[in-house]
Amino acid sequence: MTDLAPHLESRQPAHMPGTAEEAAIWAVLAEVPDPEVPALSLLDLGVIRAVHVVSPPKEGRGGVAKIDVTPTYTGCPATGLINEMIKAAVTNAGYHDTSINMVISPAWTTDWITAEGREKLREYGIAPPVGSAPSGKAALFGVSPVVTCPRCSSENTEQVSEFGATACKAMYRCLACQEPFEYFKCI
Amino acid sequence: MGCIYQTEENPHFQYVLGLADDALILGQRWGEWLSKGPTLELDIAASNLALDLIGQANLLLEHAAELEGKGHTADDLAYLRDAHDFRNHWLVEQPNDDWGVTTARMLVFSLYQYCRYEALVKSSDAHLADIVAKALKEVSYHRRFAAEWTIRLGQGTEESNQRIQRGFDMLWRFVPELFETVCWEQTLADDGIAVASGTLQDAWEAEVTLILTQANLSVPKGDAHQFGSRHDGHHTEHLGTLLCELQFLQRSYPTASGAVW
Repeated sequence: MTDLAPHLESRQPAHMPGTAEEAAIWAVLAEVPDPEVPALSLLDLGVIRAVHVVSPPKEGRGGVAKIDVTPTYTGCPATGLINEMIKAAVTNAGYHDTSINMVISPAWTTDWITAEGREKLREYGIAPPVGSAPSGKAALFGVSPVVTCPRCSSENTEQVSEFGATACKAMYRCLACQEPFEYFKCI
Repeated sequence: MGCIYQTEENPHFQYVLGLADDALILGQRWGEWLSKGPTLELDIAASNLALDLIGQANLLLEHAAELEGKGHTADDLAYLRDAHDFRNHWLVEQPNDDWGVTTARMLVFSLYQYCRYEALVKSSDAHLADIVAKALKEVSYHRRFAAEWTIRLGQGTEESNQRIQRGFDMLWRFVPELFETVCWEQTLADDGIAVASGTLQDAWEAEVTLILTQANLSVPKGDAHQFGSRHDGHHTEHLGTLLCELQFLQRSYPTASGAVW
């Protein structure tokens, strides 16, 4: 059997392959935190798109694996570090020849953040993305979503700035408890 | 001094290079606001806008380097070309001036970039289509940011209204170049790779007019306009000084193996 924890099932992208070795790598990656939002694992974030085992580790020889990764934003400065962290984790699991394949299509969307990931964000103090990513032509002035304060759960909040400390977040403040907080933008 | 990159040579490469250079140069201009933004929130917004644009430039330059097929990297193209080999529009290389001018430029350009990317999602160059599909999500934030600030400044005080109007008045002469369809671009458009820039003008004009009207601003009049950067490598003097800063480290400390970020 695999090391795959039962709760991992909901996190798997639809195209997740099923071999025991590949499932074990998914389980390893579930423990690698996002460097900028460490409450989330890379699996929660939805940036790991596929895991391919070319050859498993055998009789003391290292295995060969290829991991498909997609960036959140084109200029996300954490992309390089994320790739290094994936390589280190998978290499430690016995795949001494681990390569990263960057894929940009389909483009990453916050819809890929898992339900569990959204809950972790909220506990961490970041309001998770509201609703689904807009499809088709985006309106110039979209209707602002109702963002719930991650601290006091009030819906009486307002946007302070469209942009925040990382590319993926906007700045909000809660008008009920007066606390500022970050909102994970829905794209 | 002649250009290295003649436009008649490998137009597909030249076209993608033009898309990349617009993003790179405007990203560099946004970076110049760092530590000088009008408020802390806007300083952070400026760095995010710069980051998105430079991220897009990186993907586009990587693709351009593949199309060029001469073994260059994205970094080589960013750091080792001189001004006359840049293919960006004149609009994006103009100095930031004040927040009014910077905002006016961002509105003009991000509405344009949105129209352009939206059309290029259907490009027969599948890799280009993938890049712009991703970038489109970022640009839809940029144009909303620019539109909201145009309205805020236009409807604000007399001073803020004058400053943003001044921005549009100053930059309007660079608008026609955005919609100029050069012959090689038309050929690429006929092949389904590019979009003929002229076809974007109506949609752009409708949007920009709507926003300026809402902002109590007037659409600048006058037919003075300037063409020229993309065909023959002519730029305004401002690109040279911008590149001095962008390329300084690479020029001063060159490596044998090409440019390294």
